[in-house]
Amino acid sequence: MGWLVLGTTVWALGWWINSRLSHRPKTRQTSLLVPLIFGLTLIVIWESLVRGLDISPILLPPPTAIAATFAKSTHILWADFVQTALKGALSGYIIGCGAAFLTAIAIDRFPFLQRGLLPVGNFVAALPIIGMAPILVMWFGFDWQSKAAVVVVMVFFPMLVNTVQGLQDTDAMQRDLMRTYAAGYWKTLLKLRLPAAMPFVFNGLKIATTLALIGAIVAEFFGSPIKGMGFRISTSVGQLALDLVWAEIVVAAIVGSGFYGAMALIEKAVTFWHPSQRGRT
Amino acid sequence: MMRNVLPILTVVATLFALWYGAAVALNAPWARDQAARAGQELGFGAMVAETWSQEKPKLPAPHQVAAEIWKTTGAMVLAGRGFSKRSLFYHSWITFSATALGFLLGTALGVALAIGIVYNRTMDMSVMPWVIASQTIPILAIAPMIIVVLNAVGISGLLPKAMISMYLSFFPVVVGMVKGLRSPSAMQLDQMRTWNATPSQTFWRLRLPSSMPYLFTSLKVGMAASLVGAIVGELPTGAVAGLGARLLAGSYYGQTIQIWSALITAATLAAALVGLIGLVQRITLKRMGMV
Repeated sequence: MGWLVLGTTVWALGWWINSRLSHRPKTRQTSLLVPLIFGLTLIVIWESLVRGLDISPILLPPPTAIAATFAKSTHILWADFVQTALKGALSGYIIGCGAAFLTAIAIDRFPFLQRGLLPVGNFVAALPIIGMAPILVMWFGFDWQSKAAVVVVMVFFPMLVNTVQGLQDTDAMQRDLMRTYAAGYWKTLLKLRLPAAMPFVFNGLKIATTLALIGAIVAEFFGSPIKGMGFRISTSVGQLALDLVWAEIVVAAIVGSGFYGAMALIEKAVTFWHPSQRGRT
Repeated sequence: MMRNVLPILTVVATLFALWYGAAVALNAPWARDQAARAGQELGFGAMVAETWSQEKPKLPAPHQVAAEIWKTTGAMVLAGRGFSKRSLFYHSWITFSATALGFLLGTALGVALAIGIVYNRTMDMSVMPWVIASQTIPILAIAPMIIVVLNAVGISGLLPKAMISMYLSFFPVVVGMVKGLRSPSAMQLDQMRTWNATPSQTFWRLRLPSSMPYLFTSLKVGMAASLVGAIVGELPTGAVAGLGARLLAGSYYGQTIQIWSALITAATLAAALVGLIGLVQRITLKRMGMV
């Protein structure tokens, strides 16, 4: 009973603080603090619900148990992180996005190809590409190479479509200006069109971060060596060791948000001139 | 529209040509190996024919996949067993029902959250960052856990898969609807005020109608995500039924043709569902006078 009372109190308190804070003028501190308080209240509510209602830790472990498991099994989590995030997701991400970027520049020279490839690319980007995972695991074996291949296939089309769209984002006036400067194709590409395409390119890069992690983890469900986040999740679920599963999810969440955040930071540095970035301080 | 047809056809034809070429390249070692064992010399033409007709090829040729799809759909309908457990219609139906339920739940949740976010400042500031953060988490990773845990408390069948679809599809709806409900300009909102409109009238007659284009765009993204969720949700249940199960069973037994036919069916399903939403979008927006 005590736990439930605690949960309700913390929830009421958190909501009260947040509504006070959010009705004050918006500053940088409040816009960071409010979601933080919301998240903390959620964790306290979770803990008190699990303990108050006596939910079996096999179904839903309390956050403290997850934290304990996390601290206890850092070496396993680290090995899985290296296998899945660094070897599988990151290498696939770099290859896939790089290939898509170069393909987009190549396609850009031929309007005919562009008109054909954009609709096809948009179509493919909406397909359940993750289904390719078993095939690619069959082709490239169980180790990280097959995971990287899945990631390449998954990130390629969103990235391609975004880059091609971005390269079209200059208007005739700007291109004419470049021509009056006697700038050739390459110079126009480097000085005008690529910079102008950057907001689109980063949009694609940000979408691809999440896809890369998902691809690498799900591909491990179809076969993997005895380490990796996807492998650990599927085997630990089988052993009903849900605290370890949750610890892996925490790792995945940190990696995912960190990866996305890093891309957003680079975007901010590269596209500082764009209205969407200039508006914010 | 018409001027795009030729380029698209060219690209698709190129893709098919690449596919056939890749099938030759990938299946050739096996074909040569078989020929060497049988002590035969394989000419180029014979080898190509062989690579396009293997039982368990590394990459089946398009016509093999098409034949397999026909065998498990059209031919079974003709035989009067269109809904037997071996037919792709049956598996598509299983996957589709989970997708549709998850999509509906996700849309409802997304719209509700969006209304809350637009009308309540506290919710806007506390929930919105978490909605965005929730998508940087590779949520598909916890699909097996959701399935197993819900099974343990006695919920099985459609709902666990639909939950995963829901989680994937609510995000685009929230983001699109928040944008859409906020799309009326200050001038329009002021106009509603001068007419002495109640908040609910402002909502039903101004905010909701003007959010429709945003809603439909997000629904398309959400539908594609739902289907992915349903397919992945079928993996950990141990390959019972559904397109995801066909993928897994095919990967266990090395039935590449079966994998590809399930994959193509899933792609067709995705295209059909997204196309359906596009159709509803066009009709609705036309009747609202927005196009």
